[in-house]
Amino acid sequence: MSVATREVTAGETQTIVAARRLSHTKTVFIGVGRPSTAAILARMVHNPELILVYESGTIGAKPFHIPLSIGDGELAETADSIVSVPEMFNYWIGAGRIDVAFLGAAQIDRHANLNSTVIGEYEHPKTRLPGAGGAPEIAASCGEVIVIAPHAKRTFVEKLDFVTTVGHGDGPGARERLGFRGRGPTAVITDLGVLEPEPETCELMLTEIHPGVEVDKVREETGWELRVAEHLETTEPPNDEELAALRELLDR
Amino acid sequence: MAELMTLPDAIAELVSDGDSVALEGFTHLIPFAAGHEIIRQGRQDLELIRMTPDLLYDQMIGIGIARRLVFSYGGNPGVGGLHRFRDAIEHDWPRAVEIEEHSHAGMANRYAAGAADLPCAVLRGYVGTDLMARTTVAPITCPFTGERLVAVPALRPDVAIVHAQEADREGNIQLWGIPGVQKEAVLASRRSLITVERIVDELEPRPGGIVIPAWVITAVAEAPGGSRPSYSLGITDRDNDFYRFWDKMSRDREQFTEWMNENVLGLAKR
Repeated sequence: MSVATREVTAGETQTIVAARRLSHTKTVFIGVGRPSTAAILARMVHNPELILVYESGTIGAKPFHIPLSIGDGELAETADSIVSVPEMFNYWIGAGRIDVAFLGAAQIDRHANLNSTVIGEYEHPKTRLPGAGGAPEIAASCGEVIVIAPHAKRTFVEKLDFVTTVGHGDGPGARERLGFRGRGPTAVITDLGVLEPEPETCELMLTEIHPGVEVDKVREETGWELRVAEHLETTEPPNDEELAALRELLDR
Repeated sequence: MAELMTLPDAIAELVSDGDSVALEGFTHLIPFAAGHEIIRQGRQDLELIRMTPDLLYDQMIGIGIARRLVFSYGGNPGVGGLHRFRDAIEHDWPRAVEIEEHSHAGMANRYAAGAADLPCAVLRGYVGTDLMARTTVAPITCPFTGERLVAVPALRPDVAIVHAQEADREGNIQLWGIPGVQKEAVLASRRSLITVERIVDELEPRPGGIVIPAWVITAVAEAPGGSRPSYSLGITDRDNDFYRFWDKMSRDREQFTEWMNENVLGLAKR
């Protein structure tokens, strides 16, 4: 193992694990921040054919730099096609043309429902968050959703203050009852590990833990009694190629 | 037919106290110059409509001219929250602002319905969320298939204001790059103002260019650099550093007020 590998940060591991998930994906819908970094990294290392779709309407964007906003000029300049917002949501997202969507959230519950609206009461919020954006319909209609979030007790909560986006609702059958066509969240990638919905209950279960992280630490940072997979995997550490590519990308 | 006007004249004529005003532009082509002119002319009690309030509505809310806000994502893209928007909702500073929030899909479809002069739009969305009880949507059943869907009411603002790269002397405009929801906003509104980077003799067709003909536009005003710190693809660049600066500076009420006085309101004294 090289020196570079030993210095890896939890955030780097999270991004690299997210990028690996896109190895065989055709189209990915991304917001800003870590998801964008992960998707660009996936194009560099695993899947050069990966099609990046940004909410701003840029389809097939090939950014060289990590964009700050979803509407940076470089996304428009490198896109195969640029569409209006109504077209993006009706023809592309609503129609189910996107395979994987990356989403973030301020709060997530055991069924991978998400809150990005308020902390506290709606009428008198303690913290007013940005709001829904595209998330509710993205989560309803994209093929699957991968949530990327920091693993902390204030994020992984027993009960959401506000349901902005439905993941698996109240459990099995919820998505079908609501008429959603996508599979919903298939993984939550954090800086500590990976949680996946257990097929029978749709409850998030720790299935993968990042190198050097203790299960107790993950439990401590989760606001509900976290179930741990019988065969808990340890994340394959980032390799030299992944790390070099990520660091080079961040330095651009 | 669009009238070519100066920006101050256009705002004076098109925007009145109490109006519902949609200044659109999805990250790209945000009409900052027009918004600043509205602030300088002292318009009050506006209903501000915009998918992504962004820094422009943060400024307009923080200066106290918004009575109501209709939106779908109140963040500083890629940076974090909007502190004046938060302060208004969390602490009623400088005044209480009534809010109506939607998802992007809902807002985009509301504009499209307004442009089509339909009473509502239909989509798959909102169901299962807490948003449903907090906003203006209603369940509807497809009369052909029986599928349960959601209807959102059309948006019909009094005024739409958008920014574009170019206009010709007749007042036809062309914008290219990320088109957002500008065309829909213009067609959905009773009156419209389009500010442009430059006025040219003839519009040269651009890949992906959207031309809005002069006869559906009320006024066109030249405003070079008028989308800064957003951008006009091919002419100006997005000032990402300003978006980061705003996150730090605007946390503090006094600093914010001082900045606005110096950089927005001060201009009126020239």
